[in-house]
Amino acid sequence: MKLHEHQAKTIFADAGIPVPDSRLATTVDEALDAVDDIGYPAAIKAQVHVGGRGKAGGIKIATDREEAEQYAEEILGMDLKGYTVDSVLVEAGVDFADELYVGVTMDRGAGEPVLMVSTEGGVNIEEVAEENPDAVAREHVDPAFGLHPYQARKVVYEAGVDADVALDVASILSTLYDLYEENDASEIEVNPVMITGDRDVIAADAVMNIDEDALFRHPDLADLAEESYEDDLERKAGEYGFDYVRLSGNVGIIGNGAGLVMTTLDLVDYYGGSPANFLDIGGGAKAERVTQALDMVFSDDNVDAVVFNIFGGITRGDEVAKGINEALEQFDEIPKKVVVRLAGTNAEEGMEILNTDLVEVEKTLEDAVQRAVKNAEEVTQ
Amino acid sequence: MSIFVDDDTRVVVQGITGGEGKFHAGQMIEYGTNVVAGAVPGKGGQEVDGVPVYDTVDEAVEAEDADASVIFVPPAFAADAIFESLDTDLDLAVAITEGIPTQDMAKVNKRLTETDTRLIGPNCPGIITPGEAKLGILPGNIFSDGNVGLVSRSGTLTYQVVDNLTERGLGQSTAIGIGGDPIIGTSFIDALEAFEADLDTDAVVMCGEIGGEDEEQAARFIGENMDTPVAGFIAGRTAPPGKRMGHAGAIVSGSGTGTAQSKIDALNDAGVPVGDTPEEVADHVEDFL
Repeated sequence: MKLHEHQAKTIFADAGIPVPDSRLATTVDEALDAVDDIGYPAAIKAQVHVGGRGKAGGIKIATDREEAEQYAEEILGMDLKGYTVDSVLVEAGVDFADELYVGVTMDRGAGEPVLMVSTEGGVNIEEVAEENPDAVAREHVDPAFGLHPYQARKVVYEAGVDADVALDVASILSTLYDLYEENDASEIEVNPVMITGDRDVIAADAVMNIDEDALFRHPDLADLAEESYEDDLERKAGEYGFDYVRLSGNVGIIGNGAGLVMTTLDLVDYYGGSPANFLDIGGGAKAERVTQALDMVFSDDNVDAVVFNIFGGITRGDEVAKGINEALEQFDEIPKKVVVRLAGTNAEEGMEILNTDLVEVEKTLEDAVQRAVKNAEEVTQ
Repeated sequence: MSIFVDDDTRVVVQGITGGEGKFHAGQMIEYGTNVVAGAVPGKGGQEVDGVPVYDTVDEAVEAEDADASVIFVPPAFAADAIFESLDTDLDLAVAITEGIPTQDMAKVNKRLTETDTRLIGPNCPGIITPGEAKLGILPGNIFSDGNVGLVSRSGTLTYQVVDNLTERGLGQSTAIGIGGDPIIGTSFIDALEAFEADLDTDAVVMCGEIGGEDEEQAARFIGENMDTPVAGFIAGRTAPPGKRMGHAGAIVSGSGTGTAQSKIDALNDAGVPVGDTPEEVADHVEDFL
């Protein structure tokens, strides 16, 4: 779960990390009130979960009221890599001399958290990390012991941070690790940390992602997640408790188990179609779940045809078939053609039960996908 | 022969009194697995389907000589249950639970380096040696006994591939779902190493998916250490970067790392054919045997 910059910065500020003065605004008037308070220069920053906001035109620096109004108008409501900008953070501009990158994340390979610091902070950090891995200093943390303060200092010195600010940066890094641990974050990144002409150290950006599996022990963060959905269908999926990702194609996909659903997406592509979504309904397939899943894909205007692929392990195929029949019987008219493929336990019984007035039935995954791709093509022709 | 489990394995089910635990303990017994005990705090002295329940894993081991556990404990308590297995020095712990916080698993992972217990999972369907034992939730009826080893990061995709194999008469020696989380116990390499050493495994199927670099590392291992032929499958070719596809671990992050293509390339470089469809994976295995 991704927090917005302004949400993360509130958490940072509460923990004592210096951040620029800022206000959140959802209208141009609010943005102008904010700059009147904060003064110039002021950064107008789109609050969307998209990397590279600056390069995409989602961050502008206003030096007077006229510019502030112009930028707020431009950015609010703009489409940023597929996301509509609903709010902007208006933030005091920082006059900086240097930019650092600092971060805390889980190193999957090592199975341990890792601290990262680089003096080559700024917009191109990903390229820096790729082309010159040595430019990023790393320090692994034993998750059982937690961070020893010396480790934060060590990695900051190793990165070559200027001596006069090194301890301040180490202190911020140490606090970031505490926040990472306390909040079950999966990742915290500040890029850049700005060093001002007066040698103050300020967290000018904030990326904080939370491990969704740990939200049960962080009800306050779960509330923030509510505010951070950016797509109505993704919000709906959250309510239903589905794993759902919206994509750009026109073949709707419903299945059980992440690996098999991904495989179904891949096959849609392999056979010349384009997947509209990833939707994993998980174990079991009672009528209610099936109805909810169909509601999700039917309400996506991009979807022209649907493939429903269930491999019944413990779930029995005949039960799934009953669920599909019951779910589809609720519709006066089936809005989009649905191809169903059942496999595994009691699959044959299930295939017989399926109401073929409502759905098309295929025996193999490959055939089901090809038929759905063809159905979608027929709609678009 | 087989790897990690057989008909001598003596199983304690942690969480046997819960809905999932009770149901699957019954399924495991029906399959012929030696389920000798359950362990649930506060439920010691009860019985589930004739299986005695103890308050702690330690008591279950003392009384019933259990040497492996299967864990059906809710995510909030699952890491604790895994620690209990590790600290009781079982040979094997299989964690089925989905949704254990990653930072909890980092602590478990640290302890794993200090014990001899093998952990499979979490967030996995378990392990099965057809005709002998199943520890987990895999549907026993789709498996048949034979000489193909299978290791996979995902559950239902495993079933799909097994189904394709079984349909052609290609039985399995052992099938393991290692789980889709970012931090897991048994890795691809651990399973591949065991299959390579197993005299009755003549071919191996490895099903990976996007995220992390485990498949790339496994590919290097295969190239350098394996004579047994391996066929591969990688799910998530069409997954966009930055979007988590169900499994906590299935995400392409950053530029170029963890993508399906980098995994397919690594496997091909190691001489492993990768199927475009599950059906093609079975074709490759058929060619090997």
